[in-house]
Amino acid sequence: MTAIAENKPAYDGQVLDLSGKSGARAFKNTLATVLIVLAFVIAMIPLLWILITVIGKGYHLLLNADWWSQSQRGITVRRAGGGAYHAIMGTLIMSLITAVIAVPIAVLGAIYLVEYGKGTRAAKIVSFMIDILTGVPSIVAALFVYAVWITVFGFNRVGFAVSLSLVLLMLPVVLRSTEEMLKLVPDELREASYALGVPKWKTILKVVVPTAFGGIVTGVMLGLARVMGETAPLLILVGYSKNINLNPFSGFMGALPTMINQDRTELALPNAADRVWAAALTLILLVLVLNVLARLVARFSAVKSK
Amino acid sequence: MSSPDGTAPPDRPDGTATNHADPAIEDLVHENIGPTPKFGDLAEQHAEHEAAQRSTEVMTETGVEAADSTPAAPETRADADRELALGPVGHLGDRLFGGLARGSGGLVVLIVAFVGIFLLALAIPALADDKSSFLFSRVWNPGGDNPQFGIAALFYTTVISSIIAMLIAVPIAIGVALFVTYYAPKRLASPVAHAVDLLAAVPSIIYGLWGILFFAPILRPVINGLADALGWIPVFEKPPGDDVGVVFTASVVLAIMILPVVTAISREIFAQTPIAHREGALALGATKWEMIRTAVLPYGRSGVVSASMLGLGRALGETVAVLIILSVPNGNDPWNPSIFAGGETFASKIANNAAEFDSPEKTGAYIAAGLVLFVVTFLVNSAARIIVDRSAPGAKRPRRNRRASAAEGASA
Repeated sequence: MTAIAENKPAYDGQVLDLSGKSGARAFKNTLATVLIVLAFVIAMIPLLWILITVIGKGYHLLLNADWWSQSQRGITVRRAGGGAYHAIMGTLIMSLITAVIAVPIAVLGAIYLVEYGKGTRAAKIVSFMIDILTGVPSIVAALFVYAVWITVFGFNRVGFAVSLSLVLLMLPVVLRSTEEMLKLVPDELREASYALGVPKWKTILKVVVPTAFGGIVTGVMLGLARVMGETAPLLILVGYSKNINLNPFSGFMGALPTMINQDRTELALPNAADRVWAAALTLILLVLVLNVLARLVARFSAVKSK
Repeated sequence: MSSPDGTAPPDRPDGTATNHADPAIEDLVHENIGPTPKFGDLAEQHAEHEAAQRSTEVMTETGVEAADSTPAAPETRADADRELALGPVGHLGDRLFGGLARGSGGLVVLIVAFVGIFLLALAIPALADDKSSFLFSRVWNPGGDNPQFGIAALFYTTVISSIIAMLIAVPIAIGVALFVTYYAPKRLASPVAHAVDLLAAVPSIIYGLWGILFFAPILRPVINGLADALGWIPVFEKPPGDDVGVVFTASVVLAIMILPVVTAISREIFAQTPIAHREGALALGATKWEMIRTAVLPYGRSGVVSASMLGLGRALGETVAVLIILSVPNGNDPWNPSIFAGGETFASKIANNAAEFDSPEKTGAYIAAGLVLFVVTFLVNSAARIIVDRSAPGAKRPRRNRRASAAEGASA
């Protein structure tokens, strides 16, 4: 007994503070905090830099009403004037056609995954293919449509071909977000509907989809925002036109990304440079408005799951 | 008691309460209705039910959870489906709508298959005419009587620019994800996350413009410093001429572009770290960083790896930003492996030469290059998916339980 007591380190009268951290550990902790905050700051720099640059250089043309109502018809890189109406309309028309084709397939596909094929092998294959489609680079989607539309069928390079390739890019985005939303719909709602004798398809259309509607709209907007900024398909599948062409099935068509691409080699000329930055700002505005709207819709229509 | 088609095993080792309920119902149906055309469905459902039950049992392994958690859920679902299948109401509508949904699912599969098949079909004739080794040649001269094209140089530039982008983006993305999940004040976290997501909303052509005009000049000292320090390695050797459109610049811009993807996924996985792990670490006296290093990072490791792979896939296929930034070397210049020289990636090469798609042979060469890009991104993305599936939080816990129960068994 005495031996044990003697071996025990003598209590030196100081309060043993276990909550404190040794110097090295505290230093590491501080260092990690600094690095993590630094990573965030570094990540924010390009975003702010890009936004400030594009807004600063592009805003003054946007204040001009001509920008929104005129095309670049007959205007050379050295001359001022004209607007982006042709490109804005081109971008909107092509993305709207894309949405018209992609959204029904995406929503029905998501309904298949959540309501019909749940857990089956077929659904797993579909789900895997959606992941693959998510990863398909836009240039490969464009080449594929080029191969089918132009090489095999012999059609011309038109706006509709661009829409077809954008469908490949928009489809997985909308499908995945719709799937997530449908999964959030509580099973109680479905069961209540079944219990009333409502057939499955009516339950889906009248109960499940309306409940998840806000989320589906969010997904569609995010999908639209993604395809609007795509440039690669435009470069391969349609020529840039300075004139107003609202027909996606014939002739070349203007679009904001190709409008930027058209004049970017002439940035030394002030008029061309102005137009490039104004077009860039217009494009960012379109995409940002869609993004912000999507978030607002998502916030105010979230499925309340218990 | 075994089902008529023999799908269900006659006897089952564990005697949980549910095991007899289902065959009993089935028997009842069998006696009262007899073998109707729907019977196949029922047997199938039964088999499915059993398979599901068995898999949950395997997953939890202890059997305790299986006994008290599974009986109710699959039972009610199966009942609901049975009720529906028997009801005459809405049969046609269901078949139509279900068919539409199934068709859309099938369409997605078809589209992906078509992408591969069409690219392959158009690439093969061109590849057959290729007079040089497609995989190992650096020459790109697809037109004329003696077409020669190889992807070695394209492949090199594509891969090295994407890998550098990943090396830059992943540490920063992990930092941002940790900042959002564990460091930022609660009220700031969500706006910060949205702000990082906005990086993804900026169209790539604007990244390209900004990258070459504003970002490349400030990278010049970095490039010179790196070249001075590491110039003896060929990859870092700076060729003469002050060119801003180099692979390294493109890589940094790519890093910014993939940052939101990697951040978003890492953020999600970090936020899912079980609170018990975190509090356990803190209760043992860990500092915040030690808590993250011992609890959060190991839990999120596979998620971060798959997020990086998805980012890599995105970087491999990025077209326009790279196209604008990279200066294309002259045809006569010797090939330069340096990351401080210009070059072309698959995507930028294809987009750069869209005007050259005039003859089937030339088009075929570019489509062959596109096919290689498709295959590479396919492999990278599949790898990411496999890692996600293997390490999904749902799949992780049972494995840990198994280890825990094994340890318990050993100690007992």
